Parts: sequence; C-alpha cells; structure tokens
Amino acid sequence: MVDQDRDYLSQAPDGKPHGEQPQWRQDFPVDIPQDNYVSRREFTKFLVLTSAAFTVGQMWIVWENWRRARRGAPPAQKIADLKDLPVGSSLVFHYPTHSEPCLLMRPDENTLLAYGQKCTHLSCAVIPELEKKRLACPCHHGYFSLEEGRPIAGPPRRPLPRITVELRGDEIYATGVELRTV
Amino acid sequence: MAVPERNEFFIDPSRCIGCQACVQACSECDTHKGHSMIHLEFVNRAWSTQTVPVVCMHCDSPTCAEVCPADAIKKSGDGVVQTARKPRCIACNNCVLACPFGVPKMNTGAELMMKCDMCYDRTSEGKKPMCASVCPSQALFFGTREEVESLRLRSRPVNHFKFGNQEISTKVSMLVPRETQAEYLDVTSAMNEKTSGQVVFLNMFEE
Repeated sequence: MVDQDRDYLSQAPDGKPHGEQPQWRQDFPVDIPQDNYVSRREFTKFLVLTSAAFTVGQMWIVWENWRRARRGAPPAQKIADLKDLPVGSSLVFHYPTHSEPCLLMRPDENTLLAYGQKCTHLSCAVIPELEKKRLACPCHHGYFSLEEGRPIAGPPRRPLPRITVELRGDEIYATGVELRTV
Repeated sequence: MAVPERNEFFIDPSRCIGCQACVQACSECDTHKGHSMIHLEFVNRAWSTQTVPVVCMHCDSPTCAEVCPADAIKKSGDGVVQTARKPRCIACNNCVLACPFGVPKMNTGAELMMKCDMCYDRTSEGKKPMCASVCPSQALFFGTREEVESLRLRSRPVNHFKFGNQEISTKVSMLVPRETQAEYLDVTSAMNEKTSGQVVFLNMFEE
C-alpha cells in the first residue's frame, strides 16, 4: 500500500509523484527517514509472523519428543565376548545404528562402561584415557570423566550419551541409550 | 542532529586559487584520514591554471543513490547525501560512473565508495565543513544565503544544472556572475571530439 502522506525529500528522476512510483522505490527509498519508517501494519505483520514461527517450532519439538518416547528402547545388541575385553582396554562398536559409534571400556575387573563416541561439542571422536580416568577429545581439548561421562574441561557442556550395558553369561550386550542434557 | 537549514554551501570557482588547502584539510578528518573527499580539478590544464574545487552537490534526486544496486547510499532528512554504508557497499563503481559531477571515488583497498558528506559531524553541530573553514579566498563558503548575497554583490547562486537530458537541482549552490545567462552545453556531443589535453599529450610523445 502506498502511503501518500509521508513527505518525501528526494524526487524520482522521472519527476512523477511518489504515489505513482513503482513498488521497488517504496521498498528501497533513498531518504533515511523513509527507510527507517515502519508502518503499524508492517510491524504487526512482523510480530504475528515471528510469533507464529516460534509457536510452530515449539510444536515441532513436542512432536519430536513424543515420537522418540513412542519408539521405545532400541533392541539389545551383542557387542563382544567378555574374554575379548581384558582389564584396562576398550573397543569401538556401533549402537543403535551403524552411524553412531560408541566406546566400550573395562577400567577394572568388575566394571563395564559405554558411552557414545561423538564429542558433544562438535562431534569429534573422543579417545579413552583409562589410566587418567577420562575421555579426551583431541579436536579442542575437551575432557569427560570416565565414571559419568560428564564434561570436566574444555568446550563441551553436555555429557556424552550413556549406553546401558548388560552381561549375559560371558557376552556383553548393549540394551539402551540414555540421552542426557545435564 | 541535522544540518541547520539556514546554513548553505556555496562554491565560487572564480575565487579558487588552487592552493590545495581544502584538500589537505579534508584529508585531516578522522573519519577518512589520509583520503581527501574533495577534488581540486583543473578546468583546462593545457591552457590555464584555473582550478575548481569539486565537493558533493547533494542532489535532490541523487543519481549515485538511484544507480546503487546495494541500497548503500542514503540521504538524511536534511538533504545531505551520505557516503556509502560500509556493510552494504559492494564496490561496483556504479555511482562513480553515474554521478554527473564526478564526486564519488572508489577506495579499492577498502572496497568502499567514499564521498563528501559535507562534514556531517561538523555541519550538524553548526560548524563549517573543514574545506570551507580553511579556504583563504572563500571559494568554498558555508553560511546563510543573506550573508553570501551581501558579500558577493556581483554573483548569484545557481543550483539547477542540465547534463544532456538530465536536469539536476542540488542543495549546494555554485556562484556565477550575476549578469550571465545560463548556458546549456550538449555534453554528449563532445564525446567524440579530441580534447585539448589529448593533443598536448600526443605532441609530447612525438617530440
């Protein structure tokens, strides 16, 4: 809509009044006062559209959460035999899908720990340092505690996802993924 | 802040003595230190030492802003055409080619068009622009219309120009002899003529 009342400073080169000028000239005026001018209708439109976008975003998050809860735990998967994992060693496995690398560690005789291998900062692969009781990310020197998988130093702020592990006889099984935010 | 309406910029080329004081004063300014926004042009260097200071004329319909594809050149509410906005300017040179007065210049190092903004930081505070404050012959004059009319009895200010078919009215005025009539030259017809400067240039190499 063309606002006839606003007094324009600059003249268009063809000398015609501003009401007869093409739309692009209204959208990109030469004068700073006209450039900074926001009509009430435009402002209201901006408010409505941005709040609608935020509402849709929130609904999408709720929908995704609901879908994830409905999916349930992924099926249990055999990782390795216990005899293949001596005390003080670790191995990489993929769980629940092939694109999600995870780490299985055995710091002492009776403990089995498993975490997702993607650093929560920028998804580099973390490296277990069992003797120092930590997991190290080489990209930006982020460190996670071995016992909890929580960040202890460097850029990462969120803990690594914990993989629940079960010993069935002599076989180690991954039974679920515990996604954690804090 | 805005430039007070009573103050206007007048250029009197006949008073220019070519001392370069305006150029030096302009390049002193902190916002564009080392770069002068004023051009001191020779009218016809082969035949005369007469110079003309060229500052931005601040057109009512600024051609530079009309041709800017990046919407970088804007005019403030008091009619001063501001220099290109640094985040927007794409250094395309359209304004440099389009301005009939040849005012905008491209700073290729900074990839930014820079032009005279009538020392907006000074004039909006009621002070004179740098060039007008130093000009010893007052060829560059900044003051009220009454002042200039009482000081320059034989001159009259002109702020309408014609370039080919383009008519331009400006905020800055040129002072011309009072009794002369406005003459309009067809600038495009002179494009194929050899300029006198070119003749001298060629003779130099023939000798």
